[in-house]
Amino acid sequence: MEPVLELKGITKRFPGVLANDHISLSLMHGEIHALLGENGAGKTTLMNILYGLYKPDEGEIFVNGKKLVVDTPNDAIKAGVGMVHQHFMLIPVFTVTENVMLGNEYLKAGGFLDRKKVAARIREISQQYNLQVDPDAYVKDLPVGIQQRVEIIKLLFRNANILILDEPTAVLTPQEVDELFNIMKTLVAKGKSIILITHKLREVMEFADQTTVIRGGRVIGTAKQSETNQLMLASMMVGRQILLNIEKKDADPKEVVLDVKNLKVLDTHHQIAVQNVSFEVRAGEVLGVAGVQGNGQTELVRAMTGLDHPIEGKIKLMGKDITHSSVKEITELGTAHIPEDRQKDGLVLAYSIEDNLILNTWYKEPFAHNIVLQRKVILDNANQLISKFDVRTPSPLTATSNLSGGNQQKVIVAREFSRPIKLLVASQPTRGLDVGSIEYIHSRIIEKRDDGCAVLLVSTELDEIMQLSDRIAVMYRGQILAIVDAKTTTRESIGLLMAGVAPEDH
Amino acid sequence: MTKIEEPQKKKDVISTFFDELSRNSLIVTVLAILTGLLAGGLIAAATTESVYAAFRVSFFDGLSAGFMVFWNTYKALFTGSVGVPSEIFNALRSGDSVAINKAFTPFFESLLQATPYIFAGLSVAIGFRVGLFNIGAEGQLFVGALGTVWVATAFKGLPAIIHVPFALLGGAVCGGVWGMIPGWLKAKTGAHEVINTIMMNYIAFRLSEYLLTGILRDPNKSTPISAPIEKSAWLPRFFDDPNRFHAGFFIALLMAFLVYWLLFKTSWGFELRTVGSNPNAARYAGMSIVRSTVLTMFLSGALAGLAGANEVLGVNHNLAVAFSSGYGFDSIALALLGNSHPLGVVLAALLFGFLRNGAIQMQLTAGIPIDIISVLQALILAFIAAPAIIRTMYHLKEPKAVEIPQIAAKTEGSKP
Repeated sequence: MEPVLELKGITKRFPGVLANDHISLSLMHGEIHALLGENGAGKTTLMNILYGLYKPDEGEIFVNGKKLVVDTPNDAIKAGVGMVHQHFMLIPVFTVTENVMLGNEYLKAGGFLDRKKVAARIREISQQYNLQVDPDAYVKDLPVGIQQRVEIIKLLFRNANILILDEPTAVLTPQEVDELFNIMKTLVAKGKSIILITHKLREVMEFADQTTVIRGGRVIGTAKQSETNQLMLASMMVGRQILLNIEKKDADPKEVVLDVKNLKVLDTHHQIAVQNVSFEVRAGEVLGVAGVQGNGQTELVRAMTGLDHPIEGKIKLMGKDITHSSVKEITELGTAHIPEDRQKDGLVLAYSIEDNLILNTWYKEPFAHNIVLQRKVILDNANQLISKFDVRTPSPLTATSNLSGGNQQKVIVAREFSRPIKLLVASQPTRGLDVGSIEYIHSRIIEKRDDGCAVLLVSTELDEIMQLSDRIAVMYRGQILAIVDAKTTTRESIGLLMAGVAPEDH
Repeated sequence: MTKIEEPQKKKDVISTFFDELSRNSLIVTVLAILTGLLAGGLIAAATTESVYAAFRVSFFDGLSAGFMVFWNTYKALFTGSVGVPSEIFNALRSGDSVAINKAFTPFFESLLQATPYIFAGLSVAIGFRVGLFNIGAEGQLFVGALGTVWVATAFKGLPAIIHVPFALLGGAVCGGVWGMIPGWLKAKTGAHEVINTIMMNYIAFRLSEYLLTGILRDPNKSTPISAPIEKSAWLPRFFDDPNRFHAGFFIALLMAFLVYWLLFKTSWGFELRTVGSNPNAARYAGMSIVRSTVLTMFLSGALAGLAGANEVLGVNHNLAVAFSSGYGFDSIALALLGNSHPLGVVLAALLFGFLRNGAIQMQLTAGIPIDIISVLQALILAFIAAPAIIRTMYHLKEPKAVEIPQIAAKTEGSKP
């Protein structure tokens, strides 16, 4: 069979970096081909070359056997290559129809937009590929999963035959992921071909026909799905043996550190987000909070860390009432917080690593003497933590915006773990990170637990919850449906709870 | 793809100064100023009637007339703001102190003009650093001047060493309180400081008219103007007339250093800058947005108030209605030009001071309207605000990531 798309010896150099080193890849008709690699491996650069956003220094691209020169994304689209970016390129205040026709407008006589005709075409595409979407809905009102469908429809509207999906599952809930993969199956069944860029092994194993692993800008290998397994792919991706499952001892829970009683918290729209929630976390154990995104976890964490205050209930830390304490007081009592959104809350991206490492101890000795910042101490502290926590950076003065996601998270972990802490609140600690960084952060969390720290782990990744937790609390619509022992429960029963099926129902 | 930056050496005070400044694309700023100056000369030539007349004679005559206007504009601008080189040279050779004083007067007059710009520019810049857009510097300047003129006229018989600082303090506190009101409104109710500082400007203007036609008015004068301030409250001058240069310039430089020290060397400044760079992270780190907002607006208002105090105590020695020629508004542009950095503000204020002072001579000798300077300043700022123009014109590379307070970045509209 002829490949529909062939990349031959693509090479791209940036100053100081060889981003793509003679990469070759063949995409067959009607296949899902996964491009697997860690953050910074060169996946996105390669796809941007294919999409005409970068010019390759060497190498050639063939579509259906014909050589293709792409100078702009328009050339790629004309050749039937379309891309869904990780961050959607939609205009929120436009309708689905308007977004789809943008740049490819249908006109009526007199130069008016022909929305009806476009909407009809969208309905046609929806039906053909099982992509349900209302053409008249405003994009801002649509959930993320549906917005992604709009992006796919945009490509189909432009008659793309080769679809590139860049980390399409990063922003989706587990249910939306399942729906997306059903859509992908339909697409390939109807003759489209798909390149799936990802760093998630589970997705590759479940959905791809073939996988190409790249590392450090080079192709490490291509494997058929039937001839490989997760462990093998992970090792290819990282370049060393990897532990997919953290080895940990049984927990040895001691005194109660965090005691939460009948909590009720409002969200930013003054709606009840957390209701009637009670639990305790003991020193030396990990309590995992599982649940689909948006079931009150964010508000729960904000209440624990003093960012918001509950309207009812009590929170006690080491026996002290902290229900209405400030963030500063709670931090000083020995709470560490790995926030859900590291770039929005956890770091000042424009600041250097050394400054981010003192973000919540900036006013304290030895970093500040009276009110004067002690630059030498701050720099020494940074150098120490960078080597201890293996942050990959040219200098402690590098802005954190120049670091990869994994290294940014390591900066946060280094800062939070370098204080004497009694409670760790970790919210989505590995979201968007590569396998190597996930392994590293997981082992650090378990290390803290074994040191006698109480850990409250909030995650929407069921794998993460199952691996790290000693007990698992499942949140659904602001309530904790059940708290179960991690050793005796199963993925399936947690999954049911996450979907809101209470224990007595089954 | 992680971009690899060259490792930086350990910073000391001086290199931090320049590091802070250069990382933000110092080169673009310099080119913007040069381009703006050049364009200003072209506009001066293009708006002069005699150039067109010469073009009607012949193309060559037109070109040479245009060039003469162009040349005379810059010559007048230079002699008006710095001095006449031959006069300076002759005066120095003769050793006559009166002649030397006279020859250097344009230069010192430019520094004098720059002084209120430094104070007011710092006022806006400190706000930018904390993510606050203080449009109210002009009003705070007026209220500061009112406070100062009251202290400087109501207290009699004080020694200068007490009266001057006391009068300056009066201006700073009054301006500070005027700035703190919108700061407090923002922190407590979320009312936007842009709206409220503008409104506070109007109140300040009318308040100053009310007081100057009322209790502060000099009964011996026919126009609404305050009584002359006590001699003991004058900021000391260093030279004989006509050189009006006074100690305010050095106080302004001291303030610039203090603002720099506060922002970049202390834990308070760390908190303020964090609130300005990423309020979410600041809240997460346990910093107080409310306190930072109120404190910053007080400091901002106090600096603007000092600009007013400086004019009263150093230059006018009384207070008239509408005495400020828009220092508070120019300072918004100036703070942007200086990238909200104290050193940048000082340099930008000097540029504005020299331009303003030179413009007077330009009008007198070259017959170029003083408004050309406003056009020229506007052009420079437009080039700064849209660095893409300059980057494209001179084929410059993209800047590295820098610490730009959110609001300033928004206003510049350049960061992707």
